[in-house]
Amino acid sequence: MSDSLVNLIIILSKIAVVQGVLLTAVAYSVYAERRVSAFIQNRIGPNRVGPAGLLQPIVDAVKLLLKEDIVPANANKFIHSLAPSISIIVSLSTFAVIPFGDTITIGDKVIKLQIADVNIGILYFLAMTSLGVYGVTLSGWSSNNKYSLLGGLRSSAQMISYELSMGLAVLAIILMNGSLELDTIVNSQAGWKWNIILQPVGFIIFLVSAFAETNRTPFDLPEAEQELVGGYHTEYSSMKFALFFLAEYANVIVSSAMITTLYLGGWQFPYLQDFGLPPMLVSILQIFTFTAKVTFLVLFFIWVRWTVPRFRYDQLMNLGWKVMLPLGIANLVVTAIVILFMKS
Amino acid sequence: MKFDLETVLFFSLAVLAVGSAIMMITRRSPISSALFLILNFFTVSGLYLLLKAQFIAIIQVLVYMGAIMVLFLFVIMLLNLHDEGKLKEKYTYRKLTAVLLSIFLFCLLGFTVYFGFEGKFKVMSEKALTMGTAESLGVELFSNYSFPFELASFLLLAAIVGAVVLAKKKFE
Amino acid sequence: MIDINYYLITSALLFSIGVAGVLIRRNAIIIFMCIELMLNAINLTFVAFSSYLGNINGQIFVFIVMTVAAAEAAVGLAIVIALFRNKEYVNIDEINILKW
Repeated sequence: MSDSLVNLIIILSKIAVVQGVLLTAVAYSVYAERRVSAFIQNRIGPNRVGPAGLLQPIVDAVKLLLKEDIVPANANKFIHSLAPSISIIVSLSTFAVIPFGDTITIGDKVIKLQIADVNIGILYFLAMTSLGVYGVTLSGWSSNNKYSLLGGLRSSAQMISYELSMGLAVLAIILMNGSLELDTIVNSQAGWKWNIILQPVGFIIFLVSAFAETNRTPFDLPEAEQELVGGYHTEYSSMKFALFFLAEYANVIVSSAMITTLYLGGWQFPYLQDFGLPPMLVSILQIFTFTAKVTFLVLFFIWVRWTVPRFRYDQLMNLGWKVMLPLGIANLVVTAIVILFMKS
Repeated sequence: MKFDLETVLFFSLAVLAVGSAIMMITRRSPISSALFLILNFFTVSGLYLLLKAQFIAIIQVLVYMGAIMVLFLFVIMLLNLHDEGKLKEKYTYRKLTAVLLSIFLFCLLGFTVYFGFEGKFKVMSEKALTMGTAESLGVELFSNYSFPFELASFLLLAAIVGAVVLAKKKFE
Repeated sequence: MIDINYYLITSALLFSIGVAGVLIRRNAIIIFMCIELMLNAINLTFVAFSSYLGNINGQIFVFIVMTVAAAEAAVGLAIVIALFRNKEYVNIDEINILKW
């Protein structure tokens, strides 16, 4: 078998494995959301299908697939079906640049545990998040419903506003590492030099912006049930609604993975290399470390959703433009000055 | 001409770009036009990648598609604009003249390109690979072009102030 | 390897389509979008020459052009909103007070 064919198979299998794991994780984060919310509200939650309700996601998927697909009258049919696809494609393809482990050696092949090691990884992430706006905005417009339209407009304003502070927080990290490659950023956080310790303000800004970008409570204004019925997905049913649902949780997982990569040391387990374990075990432990950190953050997202009430729209905009943006700029300037003094 | 991957990619992207541009100027609904323009920007970003300008390609997605076109969509939705088809058609000869004029313009540009550059640049420069990275662009931008860079930031500041002043509700 | 002519012809086509759009359409927002298309066509030419000549200046120009495009979009759309607030339409045939 030729070398390029082997490489092609490796890349394709990486994509298949990562997307498979991601989609399963998305399904089970919906389950986790329901269980955790039940726990927080002192209920039991779904526990009938399978042991402890673990087969619930599959049943949900079957239910959504079998529902009738309704397109509202006078809606733009093409854009109405395009919007959920944009949402899910954007959120799934963002995972391509996230390193979920160092390298793994199978036979004599050293495989990098990252689908695409592009040297503009962070910019790719930012570009993809900014494309995510289209799914929500277009679904809001094409439904021909005023609640949907309001949800779409809100989301586009909200996402553009919080992208800025997110970019500024990331910029401070880029300044410290001097690289746009996510792999380099993870490698520079070896031991306990996690960026959350060096960049606490940046971490908070990024976290808040990630909540706003994924439309999660306390910033879920595009779909605020009490005022907008269902927001941008009021008019969606069946598989199209399921796609929005999947995209929301995929966004949560991807944001968690990004926070892990940028601030929590990615797949780094402090001083794991010094224990003298076999390299295969080290690689697997690194993947487990990454998964554990991401799981923790996903649970954090869920925890916040069921504890913090929703912001009002003006509060959201004030927070974005009058608190997060100046804080981001100040953080960037301070980081730049400190780096300047450290170098000289 | 050899049909390698690059050629196939180029032709599919170019056809898509031109097709989406034509669709953009012929659609009645402003939203459809905006969507076709977004598709056009996406394909042009692909062409930048073929030209090894990766930083420009990603900035194209980030700035044009992620910010400017979202703003356009936002304004179109906010104003709830009607399709142009509902307006009374006044000038049909104007459209004909416009199409003829732009075909003439294309012939002019095409002849210039064809006779000016035919066979002069057959292969990409070897420097192109390292040139399109964020690093090399940044070095150039902050050394030789630092003055235009600062001017651009002033332009953006002026645009922000102008946009706020213009879009603000009038106080009586 | 593709000859630079193909890129230039594509760019010329896009530019001409943009010009046609500006002349045909009457909605101010779509005219703005056609101008963005023309700027984009120019950018393609810049990047093509930059890569084939091995000279980075073309890509710097593209960077500046994108800044200008962003500024133009912001101010232009603000003007459109101001117009709409006064006239309830953004059709440039009917906005002709300055013609007098």
